[in-house]
Amino acid sequence: MEFREMERGVGDAVFEKDLLNLEETELRLGLPGSDESGQKKARNGKRPFSESSDVSGSSKGSCVAPHHDEDHESAPAPKAQIVGWPPVRSYRKSTLQPKKAEAEGPGIYVKVSVDGAPYLRKIDLKVYGGYPDLLKALENMFKLTIGDYSEREGYKGSEYAPTYEDKDGDWMLVGDVPWEMFMLSCKKLRIMKESEARGLGYCV
Amino acid sequence: MDPGKSRDSAETARVMQFPNDVLERILSLIDSHRDRSAVSLVSKAWYNAERWTRRHVFIGNCYAVLPQIVARRFPNIRGVMLKGKPRFSDFNMVPPNWGADVHAWLAVFADQYPLLEELRLKRMTVTDESLKFLARKFRNFRALSLVSCDGFSTDGLEAIATDCRHLTELDIQENGIDDISGNWLSCFPENFTSLEVLNFASLSSDVNFDALERLVSQCKSLKILKVNKNITLEQLQRLLVRAPQLTELGTGSFLQELTAHQYVELERAFISCKNLHALSGLWEATTLYLPVLYPACTELTFLNLSYAALQSEELAKLVAHCPHLQRLWVLDTVEDVGLEAVASNCPLLEELRVFPADPYDQDINRGVTESGFLAVSLGCRKLHYVLYFCRQMTNAAVARIVQNCPGFTHFRLCIMKPGQPDYLTNEPMDEGFGAVVKTCTNLRRLGVSGLLTDLTFEYIGRYAKNLETLSVAFAEGSDRGMQCILDGCPKMRKLEIRDSPFGNVALLSGLEKYESMRSLWMSACKVTLSGCKLLARQRPRLNVEVMKDEVDDGQSYKVYVYRTLAGPRTDAPSFVCTL
Repeated sequence: MEFREMERGVGDAVFEKDLLNLEETELRLGLPGSDESGQKKARNGKRPFSESSDVSGSSKGSCVAPHHDEDHESAPAPKAQIVGWPPVRSYRKSTLQPKKAEAEGPGIYVKVSVDGAPYLRKIDLKVYGGYPDLLKALENMFKLTIGDYSEREGYKGSEYAPTYEDKDGDWMLVGDVPWEMFMLSCKKLRIMKESEARGLGYCV
Repeated sequence: MDPGKSRDSAETARVMQFPNDVLERILSLIDSHRDRSAVSLVSKAWYNAERWTRRHVFIGNCYAVLPQIVARRFPNIRGVMLKGKPRFSDFNMVPPNWGADVHAWLAVFADQYPLLEELRLKRMTVTDESLKFLARKFRNFRALSLVSCDGFSTDGLEAIATDCRHLTELDIQENGIDDISGNWLSCFPENFTSLEVLNFASLSSDVNFDALERLVSQCKSLKILKVNKNITLEQLQRLLVRAPQLTELGTGSFLQELTAHQYVELERAFISCKNLHALSGLWEATTLYLPVLYPACTELTFLNLSYAALQSEELAKLVAHCPHLQRLWVLDTVEDVGLEAVASNCPLLEELRVFPADPYDQDINRGVTESGFLAVSLGCRKLHYVLYFCRQMTNAAVARIVQNCPGFTHFRLCIMKPGQPDYLTNEPMDEGFGAVVKTCTNLRRLGVSGLLTDLTFEYIGRYAKNLETLSVAFAEGSDRGMQCILDGCPKMRKLEIRDSPFGNVALLSGLEKYESMRSLWMSACKVTLSGCKLLARQRPRLNVEVMKDEVDDGQSYKVYVYRTLAGPRTDAPSFVCTL
């Protein structure tokens, strides 16, 4: 919730004017909804989702709704976040999403080579949530298929197998160790052609 | 006359004539604030004896009384605890510079309590100047605890480390501060040995590890150590071997590539910590290294995993080693299956808090549900404190949960989608919360959520006779709901309401009530300025503060009402108007 410094002066003058302007704040002790001012001030007590809302999320109540273009049906409507809800403390929010927090730090850039390709590429491992993301990205980047990983048979049924060089200088098959550990120990990636990998017994 | 009877009345007369120093000696053994308040009401003599012997004072709202009045009544204070901003400020609902600056208090204390030893602040604004002032003026200062405070930077901590020669406790939690550098830790003098509590888990900059290691080895009385995320496993091992006497440990990052040898060393370090009963930190902990904790888990009573996004399997394996667990905090990544493992392994559990790993994610298939909560209630019959964030709940489940655990004192249920009904019946959650208040007669704190009508509040008013704190958000209904609470809950102290249709009628129905409460918060409700003005006019001993809600078009206000002996506050910023 941004505190708008610029508007502060004007806002305060209006606020004080409110106090003096008794007509605007005329006391109504009737039942809610039984008078007009109840209608005008309906927004105060409006709950999200209680109106046919065009946004997936709340558009009423004390919320900050990001700007979105209603014509864009393909793009998912951004979630409008209600200020202070759910009641999770801010220090907790920033630690709860470790991946996002780490994205703010320096990236883990590694070279990627593909057997037969003329030049190498470089990727940031931090950008990926896990092995499936990484492999899909590699497939897209190099226009090849890598196939599914299995502990017993590696990347069976595929033309390519992803390998990496670890801190000890050994060439390992991608996918054996937990993702976080892989991120820490991967020095560079090499996508081996099946013919090469067969010699190592990684493909069937 | 019966000789026994005459002896009794003579006895009574003697007690009432107790010489002051005897009375004071006895009263000085009483620590509880509530007991002391009761004592002070007995007679003038007891009031005086109490005020002279009080060593610690607790001020629940820093604006309820002036520091000079406190100092006048209690001349011998050694420790002060102060709370400032309304609780909703934790969730960004109070603009910065709202107030609750501790400096005015410190200035009075420097004069009246030069021997002050302890200061514990919650939700107060503390500047670096104040910290420097504290370090300079109080030669005997020992314990500083800052929870959810703002306004200072690590520069202020440098002053504390440098100048407080007798410091035993430095506890910095969850503050919105300027973390400039970790240099403050290196400011402790070379021969410093007195530290017993050090908690810098929530600070993000690197401290000098050598300085930390030296500090830990020298402070032989160190019992509580909570480091920040930057401390690695390897470094943790080195700290642990120097402090096997620790009773509470907050680790740093629990993910690092260790050699087999390092792993064994770490395991050994945990084995040597025979007195650990509380464990926290554990950032990025995974199955990889959690097993090193197992030996230390047998005597654990408090496990805080709320920074470790564990999966259900990982939690299950861990809690299998924690038979004596009493308090557990987890993320909802553990899911219902994880909670079922807790239920099977931790029969002594009294407190459970489940936090949402991704609070803004609306995917209803993730996190915990009513079955996890139900499972825990079946396996952990001593459960009395729960904070539970979930995406679905039913009335039937809540009713069964409290049937299994009728001893609830704190029941805080947060169904994350505002106004969501019972997902099976599509009904409001009235009956569920009704069951809570009917069954749990010792209930002191309640947090309600989901779709609620006036009926929920009728139940609360009728049955929750011990309720002291109530949080309401996105309720439906009418003024009648809030009226029921104000009429029905004799022990109500703190009431906080947001986005609910309670208006002036409701607000004013509490005219007789608010002076017996600490505070009332209402935001995005139907209260208008004139309603607030009327309240203020009728009750001069209340401060009725109105803040404009920035987000809205100017119609919505945040109202904060609290009893006070200090009159309207003189430090209110321009966006706060005291009526």
